[in-house]
Amino acid sequence: MRIDFEHIVQIVEPNSRVLDVGCGDGELLAHLADQKNVVGYGIEKDPVGIQSCVERGVNIIEHDLNFGLARFPADSFDSVVMTETLQALDHPIDLLRELLRVAKRCIVTFPNMGHWRCRLQLLTRGRMPVSEHLPYEWYDTPNIHLCTFKDFDALCEVERVRVVERSQINGAQGRVNRASRASNLLATTGLYVLERAQ
Amino acid sequence: MSVPGHTAPDSVGIVEPQRVAFSQPFELQCGMELPGFELVYETYGELNSARTNAILICHALSGHHHAAGYHSKDESRAGWWDNCIGPGKPIDTNRFHVVSLNNVGGCHGSTGPRSVNPATGKPFGSDFPTITVRDWVETQALLADHLGIERFAAIIGGSLGGMQAMQWSIDHPERVANAVLIACASHLSAQNIAFNEIARLAIKIGTANGERVEDAVAKGLGLARMIGHVTYLSADSMGDKFGREIKSGNIDQASDVQFQVESYLHYQGERFSREFDPNTYLLITRVLDYFDPAREFDGDLVETLRQATARFLVVSFTSDWRFSPERSDEIVDALLATGKDTVSVTVESSMGHDSFLLDIPRYFDVLRGYLQRVAEDIGA
Repeated sequence: MRIDFEHIVQIVEPNSRVLDVGCGDGELLAHLADQKNVVGYGIEKDPVGIQSCVERGVNIIEHDLNFGLARFPADSFDSVVMTETLQALDHPIDLLRELLRVAKRCIVTFPNMGHWRCRLQLLTRGRMPVSEHLPYEWYDTPNIHLCTFKDFDALCEVERVRVVERSQINGAQGRVNRASRASNLLATTGLYVLERAQ
Repeated sequence: MSVPGHTAPDSVGIVEPQRVAFSQPFELQCGMELPGFELVYETYGELNSARTNAILICHALSGHHHAAGYHSKDESRAGWWDNCIGPGKPIDTNRFHVVSLNNVGGCHGSTGPRSVNPATGKPFGSDFPTITVRDWVETQALLADHLGIERFAAIIGGSLGGMQAMQWSIDHPERVANAVLIACASHLSAQNIAFNEIARLAIKIGTANGERVEDAVAKGLGLARMIGHVTYLSADSMGDKFGREIKSGNIDQASDVQFQVESYLHYQGERFSREFDPNTYLLITRVLDYFDPAREFDGDLVETLRQATARFLVVSFTSDWRFSPERSDEIVDALLATGKDTVSVTVESSMGHDSFLLDIPRYFDVLRGYLQRVAEDIGA
């Protein structure tokens, strides 16, 4: 299982209602159903991912996130999960607000552009970073809103979102750790658990 | 010369319609009673010993029991959903026992306006009582009892057929493991009802001199079908298919010009008026108009679907403006609100409402993938 999925499966409440926004092939939802008896739904727009969800027997709603989540009532889920999707949205801030309307708690992961390799590439090559993790050229990438740990922290502050957990994943290490001051340089991925401020 | 269709390895081959009579009086939702009734149906694929692998196909406005295969070696046209039902097809008859019937009120062999009313000794004609989707579901449940099917692995329908599958899931939750609603809606829009009323008027207008509907010229029914047909296609698909191509005449002299699209509609209307019964058309467009299971729940679809226990597959098509993706989304949102297992797919298609009858690769992939899971769940 993917390392971020493993961690998410651990922290999701058993028997809860979970919405996986941009769920891809439905792997996380399948694990959540198996291990946490979660009532889960995925949202995805890619037909290949959707077909895989159908074949796995995962609940899946075909929907383009750029149209927002207006069709989902407030508090209709216990938690919302969004892995590696934020950076591909037209209006990430709008969707983040939507996530915290649909559920009180939201688990978000995003690739960290502050990672030293990204910085080094930009510094030495003078070109936009291309990595194993983000293998696209700037002109054909789906990732149009990339950010760093610090950027995301700043967003949480502006939005007055409560950060319940702030973790980092370092691809090489293959572990989820509490984020530290060094995360912005060392982590490949950020994993945040956010809650609506009361 | 191509291989005859009935010998193709993925065809159910030659099929024979069956008939069953229910002699008990049957009370309809409208308060009237049918003095017993008959259903014509076909089955494809074997019922397993545990009787768990049955799939019910519910037909739409102009459909009937002959969904797959051929009635004889000489029949040139296969059943109306032959592209989807057969060995190895999305509704795989190697795994499932498929039941397809002609609904009450129809004109293909089940009791309907053309049947003789025992009270008068004459055909019911326009006196045939009002039918509802719920009535159909109850008659289908009697058929299931007759066939020894306690619970369907899936009930599948497109358009009006999807409405029946939905009603099943509400009225008999324990008898439906999966409900597949294709190009469906939880109720017709005002626009839909308007089109149906124009179609009905087209039929009735021929009876202005006090003629009974069944005696009136068939032109009205043809016209009704033409109206319906336009709404089943999309502007794009009509454009692609016909453009402004001229079949006859000369546009410069404006002499009796007939565009290809007119010729097509006339052909469809004429063929339909030979094969279909005007009273059935009036009756079934009313079935569509009246369908609104949420009415009993103050219009609350969430409460309506709460009692359902089936898993749902909901499929819509992007260019379908008669039963648009938004109508499917209404159903899906209500299913989510009650925590039902749901798969919802919107298939890219330029073919309008008719898409549900076409072998669009993505549509069939989804149907196949979903039903494979259903088969695995029951060990079929």
